[in-house]
Amino acid sequence: MSKKIISLILSVIIVFSLMMLAGCGDNGSNEVYFLNFKPESADVYREIAKKYEQETGVSVKVVTAAANTYEQTLKSEIAKSSAPTIFQVNGPIGYQSWKDYCLNIENSDFAKLLSDQSLAIKGSDGNGIYAVPYVVEGYGIIYNNAIMKKYFALKNRATTIKSADEIINFETLKSVVEDMTAHKNELGIRGVFASTSLSAGEDWRWQTHLLNVPLYYEFMGSEDYKDPTIAGLNAKEIAFRYSKNYRNLFDLYINNSISEKGILGSKSTSDSMAEFALGSVAMVQNGNWAWSQIKDVKGNTVNENDIKFLPLYTGIDGEEKQGLCIGTENYFAINKNATEDQQKKSLDFLNWLFTSKTGKDYVTNKLDFITPFNSFSDDELPKDPLAREVVRYMNDETKQTVPWIFTSFPSDVFKTEVGGSLLQYVQGNNKYEDVEQKVKSMWKSERK
Amino acid sequence: MRKASKRWFIVFVMPTLAAFSIAFLIPFFMGLYLSFCEFRTVSDARFVGIQNYIRAFSDNGDFINALWFTVKFTFVAVILINVIAFLLALMLTKRIRGTNLFRTVFFMPNLIGGIVLGYIWQLIINGILFNYGYSIISNSSFGYWGLVALSSWQMIGYMMIIYIAGIQNISNAILEAARVDGASPFRILRSIIIPSVMPSITICLFLTITNSFKLFDQNLALTAGAPSKQTQMLALDIYNTFYGRVGYEGVGQAKAVVFFVLVAVVALMQLYLTRSREVEN
Repeated sequence: MSKKIISLILSVIIVFSLMMLAGCGDNGSNEVYFLNFKPESADVYREIAKKYEQETGVSVKVVTAAANTYEQTLKSEIAKSSAPTIFQVNGPIGYQSWKDYCLNIENSDFAKLLSDQSLAIKGSDGNGIYAVPYVVEGYGIIYNNAIMKKYFALKNRATTIKSADEIINFETLKSVVEDMTAHKNELGIRGVFASTSLSAGEDWRWQTHLLNVPLYYEFMGSEDYKDPTIAGLNAKEIAFRYSKNYRNLFDLYINNSISEKGILGSKSTSDSMAEFALGSVAMVQNGNWAWSQIKDVKGNTVNENDIKFLPLYTGIDGEEKQGLCIGTENYFAINKNATEDQQKKSLDFLNWLFTSKTGKDYVTNKLDFITPFNSFSDDELPKDPLAREVVRYMNDETKQTVPWIFTSFPSDVFKTEVGGSLLQYVQGNNKYEDVEQKVKSMWKSERK
Repeated sequence: MRKASKRWFIVFVMPTLAAFSIAFLIPFFMGLYLSFCEFRTVSDARFVGIQNYIRAFSDNGDFINALWFTVKFTFVAVILINVIAFLLALMLTKRIRGTNLFRTVFFMPNLIGGIVLGYIWQLIINGILFNYGYSIISNSSFGYWGLVALSSWQMIGYMMIIYIAGIQNISNAILEAARVDGASPFRILRSIIIPSVMPSITICLFLTITNSFKLFDQNLALTAGAPSKQTQMLALDIYNTFYGRVGYEGVGQAKAVVFFVLVAVVALMQLYLTRSREVEN
């Protein structure tokens, strides 16, 4: 008899544990599910969600995808019964792959916040608004002015300009950088540029951000389209006319780097930012989002007031007027398959985040976002030095901002293949001509 | 009694059967179906026939390259692992001092997970190569040999334990008799030990072949396929096709099915071949 009882108990336990297994991870009580793209802001978003629940009683679930895994995470999350209600697409190409899931939010208060409606992503027929950008970012060459001042104070330097502000084209940049490399011991640095990180998933600064500049000029020259991004989206093939200029700056990076070429394939972006933060190098190419990475490095020696931006000069005619690369690839979209109630609550949450006093405080001071929304006044801008530099360049009438036309690059495969051939080039396994060929052939084969 | 077991049958089998169905049978057949579909997420698939299978082989050379790299890796790794594991087993059944300590030490790497091992070996190999201005992804042969070293290090201990068990099972009487008859140690090894441990060899070959074919974490952590996908193995290629490219989910699924068939055929063939050489003790 007792044996029977034991076996009964055992089987009950098994059945129950199975039910627990099936039931866990899906409590269904969340009304808003936000799938966050930015791992660096994960904690802030969690805090925001808690605050929002306190204020309104609506629960917000925040899940953050690990770096470079957003598409994978979204792909598996959106197939679930409790799918994300707010997710992110990275520009027009990203919208193409998720268009079946994006709700038309043309008439929502949130979409109306945009100061420039043309920034939003419209449907294939040009109508409706399916995704709204929420942050404007800029990138260029970040430099440490303390080291630059030290250089310009040198008696035996070979250049004639007197400060980093006078670097206004590739020629001056190159002469300054090469002379700095010659004097690196006196300057107390181990190289002018931080490591050109080329390990898997860490090469986006070159295959996406740097490549933006030569292709921007190429698309600007398009006869059929005024807008370079549209020209890019419609380009079946590219000539890569400014390939030489792309190489100019890339070679300058790797020839004056802190690291030997052979080991660049094992460097990551955070390695580069750490080198910059510790004062081992004077310059690094990155965007204003990198401030948190610089600031949080242990033993950071860079003074907040010494950190400045230079545009990406590549030796193209007329680049003296060129500004930073400023744009966005972060767009919010609302899940079309969520219930109407969830959709409304999700939009309310976004609206609250970008219009209420509490929400705006988080956006400016914790997330450090420069937003494209009209609910923010001029004094509600982030305080970090790089964001201030971006705003300074945006407001400088003499500088022409380079938009982020890389949102028109045909696919992620295009980018990774170009990154792979850059690595091969750096390691001496192939020539630069192969990189050039790769850019052209991959563009053609990925743009179908 | 018979009646009782019939009555209880469903209670005892149900949980396992349910778990097996949820975690294996259903996904397996769903995957099979999805390999003939075009889809973005697994819940909205559209049937397209064998198009995915054609694309898996024709779209680019990735799958064939990965297949070739995997075969090269498996061939070398299986031989190295089994030969070394067998030699270690022979040595550690000779009643030398500290046998237990050695067995433990050799077995330890098996207790570390693949991702961790991958990063550890990446650090070690890069640490050496940095001195010469290289890194593990400078050249695809670094990645290849790195992977061979890593998986040998990880799997040798486990195989060694299986071989030790096999060798200890051989009756001392036979060995004594052979020695009395004047057989040389090599002769004993060839004519007695190896035939007697044939069952262990079957198991070890099966485990090493399938594990080498399916290697994923170590590959991902050590090189992630760099440079230019030259060190990408099949499992990683499938993962990258499925998750890395929008519009290629079905192709990734088709590759996975081909992969499954391939591993099954190779493993069954090996089982058949080695089983036929097993002898009764």
